[in-house]
Amino acid sequence: MSRYEYGGDEFIFVELSEAMSLEINFQAMAITRTLREEKVPGILDICPSNASYMVRFNPEVIHPDTLIAKLKELEEEVSLENFEITARAVDVPILFEDPWTHEALMRFRDRHQDPSSTDLEYVARTNGFQSKEELIKAITDSPYLVSMIGFVPGLPWCYQMVPNEQQIEAPKYVRPRTFTPERAFGFGGAFAVIYPVQGAGGYQLFGTAAAPIFEKEQRLYDFKESMTFPRQGDVFRYRSISMDEYEDIRKQVENGEFRYLTKDITFKPQDVLENPKAFSESVLRRLYA
Amino acid sequence: MIKVNSPGLQTTVQDFGRIGYYEVGMPPSGVMDKYSYIAGNLLVGNKENAAVLEITYMGPVLEFQQDAVIAVTGGVMQPKINDRPVGMWETLQVKTGDVLSFDFIKQGARVYLAVAGGIDVPLVMDSRATYTLCGIGGYEGRPLQAGDVLKIGTENETDIAVGTRISDHLIPTFSKHHEVRVIVGLCSYRLTEESKERFFSIDWTVTPEANRVGYRFKGERLNFVEREQPFGAGSNPSNVVDLGYPIGSIQVPDGVEPIALLNDAVTGGGYATICTIISTDLDKMAQIKTNDKVRFVAVDINEALEIRKEYQNKIQQIKEQIIRQAGGVQNG
Repeated sequence: MSRYEYGGDEFIFVELSEAMSLEINFQAMAITRTLREEKVPGILDICPSNASYMVRFNPEVIHPDTLIAKLKELEEEVSLENFEITARAVDVPILFEDPWTHEALMRFRDRHQDPSSTDLEYVARTNGFQSKEELIKAITDSPYLVSMIGFVPGLPWCYQMVPNEQQIEAPKYVRPRTFTPERAFGFGGAFAVIYPVQGAGGYQLFGTAAAPIFEKEQRLYDFKESMTFPRQGDVFRYRSISMDEYEDIRKQVENGEFRYLTKDITFKPQDVLENPKAFSESVLRRLYA
Repeated sequence: MIKVNSPGLQTTVQDFGRIGYYEVGMPPSGVMDKYSYIAGNLLVGNKENAAVLEITYMGPVLEFQQDAVIAVTGGVMQPKINDRPVGMWETLQVKTGDVLSFDFIKQGARVYLAVAGGIDVPLVMDSRATYTLCGIGGYEGRPLQAGDVLKIGTENETDIAVGTRISDHLIPTFSKHHEVRVIVGLCSYRLTEESKERFFSIDWTVTPEANRVGYRFKGERLNFVEREQPFGAGSNPSNVVDLGYPIGSIQVPDGVEPIALLNDAVTGGGYATICTIISTDLDKMAQIKTNDKVRFVAVDINEALEIRKEYQNKIQQIKEQIIRQAGGVQNG
């Protein structure tokens, strides 16, 4: 049962489910995309999130209760069956166990569940993997749905497109770190993220993304239209790279030449929900074709 | 041009904020006390979204390199032109070479300096507001530093007579005890009934962590209803599946210290939010200082909309007063 809540006098918050799932995320995506197409006067922001969404509005133009009635109608009407998502499949190179996030995570061992191991070792163990290499393999084998953007500009919450029993879960730090390096690749709850800029953070730290996902100078090709790269609905494949490739990509970024490997894709939620494995394989084939 | 001889503690260029980019994680930034901001721009005849300086705790020293019409609004911080005290909430004239400075803050925490024409900095995503975390907007994406030179823009639409003043009953006053009104909801179901009740019945003390990102409060521990955590939420009872945070929402990570998220805050995350400060009272937050006491008061949506209407009536009164005084000068 969805909950409709007032977030002060300018926001409506709608929680579709307390638990995360691909299906709920697709539903939030479908409702917010339909709402956007309808161009309802008085709406300032439409923010889809993982298992919920939020709308900011001007109550002088639309009364909050009128808006809630409208949103409830949409929830009734919108069906995943005829919902088509046009998005990008993206190759996202990650250097696991890099020296920078390692240094950061060692500095905050006193805020961690297990001060005697690294974040990667800890999450490998609590998820029943034999080694951290096995965990890295599980993270990189199947792609992720960008299920929400936020926290800071451009941070993608990514939810892996695998059956529930294969989902990796990790607690957040006992107390958040005051420092996380820029482009750190982290994991918290059931979500993988890349931190766009340096700052506080509570997710387990596994590595560093070689390329930026936020670029305020907008020099790189992928940032010409927006300072932020990820879009909700994108499918990210995290690929484990070597230090050599990492350094090569850093050089391309500095020269302004780096461009993400992307492919435009169109899919239906049912394609993913009915057979996530087949969907993942077909996306990867298309991406690296 | 306005030269910054000394920047004060934290002085930033702000306007109404960067609206419409919340979904990519871009907070609005913008002025924290909108009422004082609107009044300031009206007193210098600016368009409503003209950029001003937001001054925090300690004022800057500014040297005007051209004649200008200005107004100072917000908390009580005596402005001085060439060391001579001048009025707040009043249209003032400054001449080339004049130096504007401020005494210590006596009431509130933030003061606004509006200049006829507005502060001219490049628009970033439709706004001149400074967002320091990512270093965008405002003056080079950062608070002012000594030696900066600010350009005055062309965002004015009316000439307002020097000496125009807003009457006292429309000027807010600030004490060290504040009532901040909120609408309960969002994920408030996560708190125990007892903790919900305690949240509204104690005075919360503002900690030193109180800035444009958010305010953290000390009081007592709050407890969450025990449950098996839903999938994807994380293990702490204050965790939820990461969701959007309304501006002004309050969360209590681990039940320890409530945090009110403000203009430069994170737009989402994994902590249960329990209520949201109503828009009019976000202005009050701007004038609250470390060690001040805050009592949260619950209102419902209809009360909030009623309060919003009263607030807008006051702004309408300010507009009418300024027009009347401008008309009086022209006729008389």
